Amino acid sequence: MKRYSAFAIAREALRNHMGWERAWASPEPKKKYDVIIIGAGGHGLATAYYLGKNFGITNVAVLEKGWLGGGNTGRNTTIIRSNYLQDPSAAIYEKARSLYETMSQDLNYNVMFSPRGVIMLAQTEHEVRGYKRTAQANALQGVTTEFISPKRVKEIVPIINLDGPRYPVLGGLWQARGGTARHDAVAWGYARACSDMGMHIIQKCEVTGIRSEGGKVKGVTTRRGDIDCDKLGMVVAGNAGHVAGMAGFRIPVESVALQALVSEPIKPCMDCVVMANTVHGYMSQSDKGEMVIGGGTDGFNNYTQRGSFHHIEETVRALIETFPMVARLKMLRQWGGIVDVTGDRSPIIGTTPVDGIFINCGWGTGGFKAIPGSGWGFAELMAKGHSPLTEAFGLNRFYEGRFIDESVAAGVAH
Amino acid sequence: MLILTCPSCGVTGEETEFHAGGEAHIKRFGPGSDDDQFHSYLFAKENPKGVHFERWRHNNGCGKWFHAARDTMTLEVFGTYPAQTLEPPKQIRDKITAKHPGWKWREFS
Repeated sequence: MKRYSAFAIAREALRNHMGWERAWASPEPKKKYDVIIIGAGGHGLATAYYLGKNFGITNVAVLEKGWLGGGNTGRNTTIIRSNYLQDPSAAIYEKARSLYETMSQDLNYNVMFSPRGVIMLAQTEHEVRGYKRTAQANALQGVTTEFISPKRVKEIVPIINLDGPRYPVLGGLWQARGGTARHDAVAWGYARACSDMGMHIIQKCEVTGIRSEGGKVKGVTTRRGDIDCDKLGMVVAGNAGHVAGMAGFRIPVESVALQALVSEPIKPCMDCVVMANTVHGYMSQSDKGEMVIGGGTDGFNNYTQRGSFHHIEETVRALIETFPMVARLKMLRQWGGIVDVTGDRSPIIGTTPVDGIFINCGWGTGGFKAIPGSGWGFAELMAKGHSPLTEAFGLNRFYEGRFIDESVAAGVAH
Repeated sequence: MLILTCPSCGVTGEETEFHAGGEAHIKRFGPGSDDDQFHSYLFAKENPKGVHFERWRHNNGCGKWFHAARDTMTLEVFGTYPAQTLEPPKQIRDKITAKHPGWKWREFS
C-alpha cells in the first residue's frame, strides 16, 4: 500500500494523478478463512482491523451484502461522544472516543475527526438533575464532562434561543472532546488498512445461510458460494435478528427506522454539536456547511430505510424552537437507516448458543461513535474468548437481569 | 405514513392518531415460571422481515387497544382486529397468504 502524504499529493500532481491505487482490493472469496465477519460496516471492519493489528489474525474475510459502509455507517449523523451513565458503557464509548483522536494517523487515512464539543441541553428540571448525575458519574469514570449554565451554553452556541416557548434551556451537559468525524472515511480507512494486511473484503456477497454441525459453526452459505470458517462474527446492525435466525437462535432486539436530514449549505454558524432531547432534535454543521439534523425513530418495527414525514415535522419544529434562525432553511435530503434496539438501549456483544459464533449488535440509535471501541473489544473477544471491554454486554444479561440502562444517555426518542 | 382503521370505533386515521404498543399475542408468564419463560415473555420479541402482528392504541380517538397485521418491509397494513382476539382472524390470514405464500409468525401461519 502506498502511504497517503503531502509528498504523495505533490508527486501525483506532477503525473496527472495516474499513480493512485485502489484503496482496497476486491478478491474472489477463498474456500476457507480463520475468521469471517458478516457486515462490512464500521463495526465489522474495525473488528477485522483490530484482529489483525492487535492479535495478528489476518486470514479474515469481511462479507457485505451491499456495498462497503452503505448501511448505518453511511446514514448516521456522525456524532462522537462518551457521556454515558453506566460504567461499562462509559468504558467502551470512551475507549472509542479516544481511538478516534488518533485514528487518522493510525490508519493513514483522514477521517476528519473534529473534537468540536457536544452539548446535551437540559430543558426540564428532570433533565437538569439527570445530567448533573451523569456529569458526576463521568468524573468517576474518567470521562471529561461538565454541567454548564445557560449563560455558558449561549456563549458556546450564539444562535441558540434560551427562552423557548415550551422548554427554556436550564443548562447543558458539555463534553468538550466530543465531536464529529467523516463517517464514510471511517469505513474506507479501516477497509484500506484491512486490505493492506491481506484480509479479503467481499462486497455484494449476501449471506443466505449459516452452517453448523454439532453446535459448532462450520461456515456460511452466500450468493457467491459456500465459505468455511473457524470463527464467525455477526456485525449486521438492523438485520441482526434476521441473521441470528439463520444460525437458529433469537436475540432480544427489535428493528426500527431512524432518520436524519440535512439542510442546504450555509456559512459557518455553529461550531459544536447540540442535542435537545426533550423537544427531540439534534444538529451540527458539516464541513460543507449543511446543517446535519437527527430525527426520531419510527414507533413500530420496520425495515424500510426511509422514515416518516410526521417525524420530520416534529424534528424540524423542535429545532425551530431551539434555533429560530433555521426557520427559513431549505432541507436538501432525508434518509433512514434500520437500527437494532435492545430493551436496555445498550449493545449486545458476546458469545452465542452456537460455538464459534460471536455477535455484536444492538447499538441502536448510537453506534457510529462506538465503532473503534466496539471493534477493539469484539476483536479481543473473538481472539481470546473474553474482553474486559465487552464482558458486561453479553446476551446472558437478559437472563440474569443485569441490564445496562442507557435509555436516557441514548438521547434519541424511542 | 400508515393508515389504520380502529376496529372499536370504526374511524380510519393516520399513524399520528395511533400509538404502536409492540408485539401482539404475547403469552404472559407469572410467578412460578422459569427463567426461559420469563426471558421469552419479556425480551425475545418477534422481529420479522415481513409479516408482523402488533398492538396499537387509538390514542387520539376512542383510546381503545386493538391488533394490526402489517408488513415490516413494505408498511402494507393487512387489516386490524379487536384486541380481545387470541389469534388473527382467518380473513386477514388469507389476505396475507395471498400476498406471501408460506409465511410464518410464531405459531400462526
